Parts: sequence; C-alpha cells; structure tokens
Amino acid sequence: MNVIEALEREQMRIDIPNFRVGDTLKVHARIKEGDKERIQVFQGAVIRKRNGASGATFTVRKVSYGIGVERIFPLHSPFIDRIEIITRGKVRRARLYYLRKLKGKAARIKEKRY
Amino acid sequence: MVNKLFGEKIGMTRYFVEEGKSIPVTILKMGPCVVVQKKTLNKDGYNAIQVGYGEKKKSRVNKAQEGHFKIAGDRCFAHLKEIKTDDTEELDLGKELTSEIFNVGDLVNVSGLSKGRGFSGVMKRWGFSGGRKTHGSRSHRIPGSIGSSATPGRVHKGRKLPGRMGHQRVTVKNLEVVDVRTDMNLVLVKGAVPGSRNSFVELCKA
Repeated sequence: MNVIEALEREQMRIDIPNFRVGDTLKVHARIKEGDKERIQVFQGAVIRKRNGASGATFTVRKVSYGIGVERIFPLHSPFIDRIEIITRGKVRRARLYYLRKLKGKAARIKEKRY
Repeated sequence: MVNKLFGEKIGMTRYFVEEGKSIPVTILKMGPCVVVQKKTLNKDGYNAIQVGYGEKKKSRVNKAQEGHFKIAGDRCFAHLKEIKTDDTEELDLGKELTSEIFNVGDLVNVSGLSKGRGFSGVMKRWGFSGGRKTHGSRSHRIPGSIGSSATPGRVHKGRKLPGRMGHQRVTVKNLEVVDVRTDMNLVLVKGAVPGSRNSFVELCKA
C-alpha cells in the first residue's frame, strides 16, 4: 500500500453508519464557540455523497423556515459527533439536485419499505 | 546538530488536525540521510558534512564514487549533498540523520526543482492578460507591444517574452510542519511544495 493511502486510511473513522443518498439523517456536529463546545443537530436529506478515502464528503439538505439550506460535511471529520439515520429513502439517482427546484409535497422522498 | 535534510516529495492529501480542521498537506519522505564525509576548517576551509540520500545499486556507481562511499560504509547513494554545520563532533561517518530533527509546529523552507512547462507563452509564463478572444480580435495570447520604435531601436534587456518555463530551483518559505512520522521518515507540511511527485526536495528549518 502506498504511503498516501496508508495515511488517509489512518484518518478514516470506522464509527460512521452506512447511509445512502436519499436517506434522512440527523448529523450531530460539534461547534466551538470560544472555549465552549456544543453540539448542533442538522437534520435533512442526503443529496450527494462524494467518495474518497479521508476526503469523502456528503451534502445534507433541509428546508428551514421556507429556505433551503445545504451543508457539506467531510465524512471523516472529527467535528461530527455522530450520525443518526432517521429514514431510508427510495431514490433512483445518485445526486438529488432536482430537489432544489421542488417545494412542499413534491420535495418529499419516498421511504424504503423492506 | 543539523537543520537541514534531503528527501522526496510523495504527494498531497488532506489532513485533519486536532481541532478538527481539515488542511491541505504535502507528504515528504525525509531521509534517512547518511553522513558520507566530513569537511573541516583545516582541510577544506569550512565546516560541513556531506550526506547521501537514496539507494543506488553498486553496479551503477563508478569506481571513484565507490571508493568515496566505501569510507563511510558499504552503501551507495543517488544523491550527495552538503549541510553546513559547525558542530560535527557527534556526526560520525555512517550516521543516519532522520526526520526526528523536525518538530510539529516548526516553520520550514522547502526547495525543489519545479515542474518543467516547456516553451510557454507570456500568458502562462508571466501572467499577461493577452488579447480579446472574440469580436474580430486575432491577438488571443500574444504579448502585444514589446517596446518603442527608433528610440531605442532595440528591445530592452529583461523584456518578458515567451521561453522555457519551470524546471528551476524554487524555494517555498515558512511552511508549517503539521506532523512528523519517524517510523516511516515522513514529514507533513502545510501547503504545496515545488516539483513533481518523487522529486528530490530539501527541507530546511526557517
């Protein structure tokens, strides 16, 4: 294994649950304000996952007070306290950018039934 | 001790530091450099050590070099470089210098041979803005005027013009050492470093 790969593997977290695009997540993000540290929860749908070793990221979209908010998290960031999976979504694309144009009922994602 | 070491650029990646920030880093494989020769004030007029880096097959070395390498041990090196230092007492022949001399948080200067760009135009080489791309313009990437007419009747020396670019020694100053892995002889510095992957670099404490 080459050196870069080894270093990146070292940085990766193993406690991240296996979620997919379309899932609704609760991301518990650590936020530092001066000396204090608190945890902020960001809940929304995963609209994109970028693969990679330690450089992998995912984007979560939610609609807050009528305004769409998207946050990109590095998947292996120490800033992420934990990730909760709320629902599994049934989607047919890898990138859900079409959600940006949709509002209200149309912007829902079907839940996966097993 | 010494404040300089030689090695190779391995590549770039991102690295999470303690506060959780992700920063761009260059991975450098520094050393081990082996002391091959000592230069002294009496004999050579200055104090320094000569170090070797990078294994080289014995069959690839000529006899003169082989004899030179034999004094310090039975290893041959691809690169031979000098490090100026006054206290050479501890640095015996054959001693290995490793990345231990760098600490996390140190500022370092990194020198290397920049990537060769070949014969490049003024836009790439000097950052000229070039001409218009559309509206009938035919001067897309040309330098424009390069001087006056009858006075002086020649082009001034030092005029920025197209030519060979890159493949020059470049030093990037004051890069922060993010991490040091002595087990693999790795030094991680923040930001970019001149040269291509696997190219020879010099790391010096700023």
